[in-house]
Amino acid sequence: MSRSTAEAVPALDERIRGEPLVAGGETLASVTETVCAIVEKPRPPRAWYVAFGISAMLAGLLFAMIGYLLIEGTGVWGINVPVGWGFDITNFVFWVGIGHAGTLISAILFLFRQKWRTSINRFAEAMTIFAVLCAGLFPAIHVGRAWVEYWMFPIPNNLSMWPNFRSPLLWDVFAVSTYMIVSLLFWYMGMIPDLATLRDRARTRIRRFFYGLFSLGWRGSNRQWHRYERAYLLLAALATPLVLSVHSVVSFDFAVSQVPGWHTTIFPPYFVAGAIFGGFAMVLLLIVPSREWFGLKNLITMRHLENMTKIVLATGSMVGYAYLIEIFIAWYSGNSLERFTFMNRALGPYAWAFWTMVSCNVILPQLFWFKRFRRSIPAILLVAIGVNIGMWFERYVIIVTSLSRDFLPSSWGHFTPTWVDLCTLLGSFGLFFTLFLLFLRFLPIVAIAEVKSVMPEAKLDRDVHHGQGDYHGDIPRQHERQFGGPETNR
Amino acid sequence: MNGKWTTADGAPLFGLLAEFADVDALIEGAEKVRDAGYTKWDAHTPFPVHGLDDAMGIRHTKLSYLVFAAGVFGVFAGLGLQWWTNTVDYSLILSGKPFFALPANIPVLFEVMVLFAAAAAFVGMLAFNNLPLWYHSLFKSRRFLRATNDRFFISIEARDPKFDPRATRALLESLRGAAVEEVEE
Repeated sequence: MSRSTAEAVPALDERIRGEPLVAGGETLASVTETVCAIVEKPRPPRAWYVAFGISAMLAGLLFAMIGYLLIEGTGVWGINVPVGWGFDITNFVFWVGIGHAGTLISAILFLFRQKWRTSINRFAEAMTIFAVLCAGLFPAIHVGRAWVEYWMFPIPNNLSMWPNFRSPLLWDVFAVSTYMIVSLLFWYMGMIPDLATLRDRARTRIRRFFYGLFSLGWRGSNRQWHRYERAYLLLAALATPLVLSVHSVVSFDFAVSQVPGWHTTIFPPYFVAGAIFGGFAMVLLLIVPSREWFGLKNLITMRHLENMTKIVLATGSMVGYAYLIEIFIAWYSGNSLERFTFMNRALGPYAWAFWTMVSCNVILPQLFWFKRFRRSIPAILLVAIGVNIGMWFERYVIIVTSLSRDFLPSSWGHFTPTWVDLCTLLGSFGLFFTLFLLFLRFLPIVAIAEVKSVMPEAKLDRDVHHGQGDYHGDIPRQHERQFGGPETNR
Repeated sequence: MNGKWTTADGAPLFGLLAEFADVDALIEGAEKVRDAGYTKWDAHTPFPVHGLDDAMGIRHTKLSYLVFAAGVFGVFAGLGLQWWTNTVDYSLILSGKPFFALPANIPVLFEVMVLFAAAAAFVGMLAFNNLPLWYHSLFKSRRFLRATNDRFFISIEARDPKFDPRATRALLESLRGAAVEEVEE
């Protein structure tokens, strides 16, 4: 083979395999170094301090607002008699939805053998935990008497009464708390080998102690890896139906009621698609600055970002389709209350919120049909922020428009948020980002062991591969070996 | 463990540790150790190496059965909880709904099943792996620090019935690219 042919091979290879998942000639040791250095540096980048300062202040604002609420009661919010759910439940549904992208990346993409998930799953799982934490806060404080929260759980209490298991609100309690626990287990289990890496690199006693404690004595034994991988697969298989159930159950809070605009069968799939859509936008929003600040561009490449934008486009289109079907069914059902509700959403007092939702969720993501925008950082950030705003407004529109204009015009009302509502919403972002920034500083933010397992050093091409997937398109020459494809001159 | 063997310094011997620089050498080595009939030995890698289970002759874990059993238990626990609390112990009359109706109980039943199964997967994995175990003789080896970074190891324990300091060492040294050392108990 002539030299020029040999040089042409990588280009051909690249075309068949797509871009490499790990760019820039990284080795096993350099991947360890890149990820561990982030938490081992004596000081994080200046931008981290600025972001942390702002987030921590906003988190403080959240707790101040919660304190004020508990002292004064829910009257400090804008909710009133027809509109009993305002920002509280909007925020709850918004944050639960954000969490879903994390589970999609960590569990569903794992089951679908999407290797590109390895660079971003840790991020996304952390985001899930923190988002679900923020979400759980809102139903907890909106019940008014937060100190009798335990009534929602089947705990024997002084009333000798049990929760009503026929209520979707109670299904929510079970769905969200199970989701929180399972996500936490999944996240922590995935982190054990990487915590062991940090333990083995630790220079100070305190780091050795804490990373040693939480890595549980992991020593990379293959007998342990064997069971670990099985457990990981099982957790992924359990988390997948779980994540679909969680937002379905959240949608039952609405769909099971009689309120026009809520009582629809499309809600469960529509809510799940919307959750993943909004969640992916949030992952993008977090990952773009993080890869910049912490030098992770070789691990989280443009290919990863582009894949995520494609998911945003796909789920965004599903959401757009659901909007259309809702409107169609309102008309087709011939139910005058439904017809009125949808006319009122588009043209009534909350039309501005409805059209914000449509422009951000349906129109804006259409940019991602074009490769130019899928690979442009400003475009990604623009759409990510837009989608987050749009998805928040989607929940606001569903909740507030339906409640404010229900069956009897004599009982109509109007919801206007108070300053406490606005500060609480802002504060929940503060809490979320505070936790996320702490995660960036103290824990391995990329799944080191998993990234290594998709690198050339893992020698996945040594045999036809039966482990985590067939890796078509990612392992050189595998396809030919398996299916006897055309011989190349290599 | 049985104190039969000692290191060169006279300390009790835990076993021998061989270091490899790449996956291919590790797998070749593992096949040879397996074929030599050792049982108390292990490979250590920074990430799960596929094909190594076969090379080591590891039998499939029973974890899936445990998780399945926990899931089945969760189904009955979830159902029993709802039936007993809402039908037997305190029958709550609500909108004329039946006290016990399976469709209304499915969501909670499902969540409880997932919760039990997931907890079993996590706890079972740790228990079967004998974790947490914060002390292990291998942690005494300086080289072994790279087992979580970029090196691959095979350890053969002195308590293996086939272990013999000289013969085992000769076997490990015969493996391609292996660097062998003794590890204290």
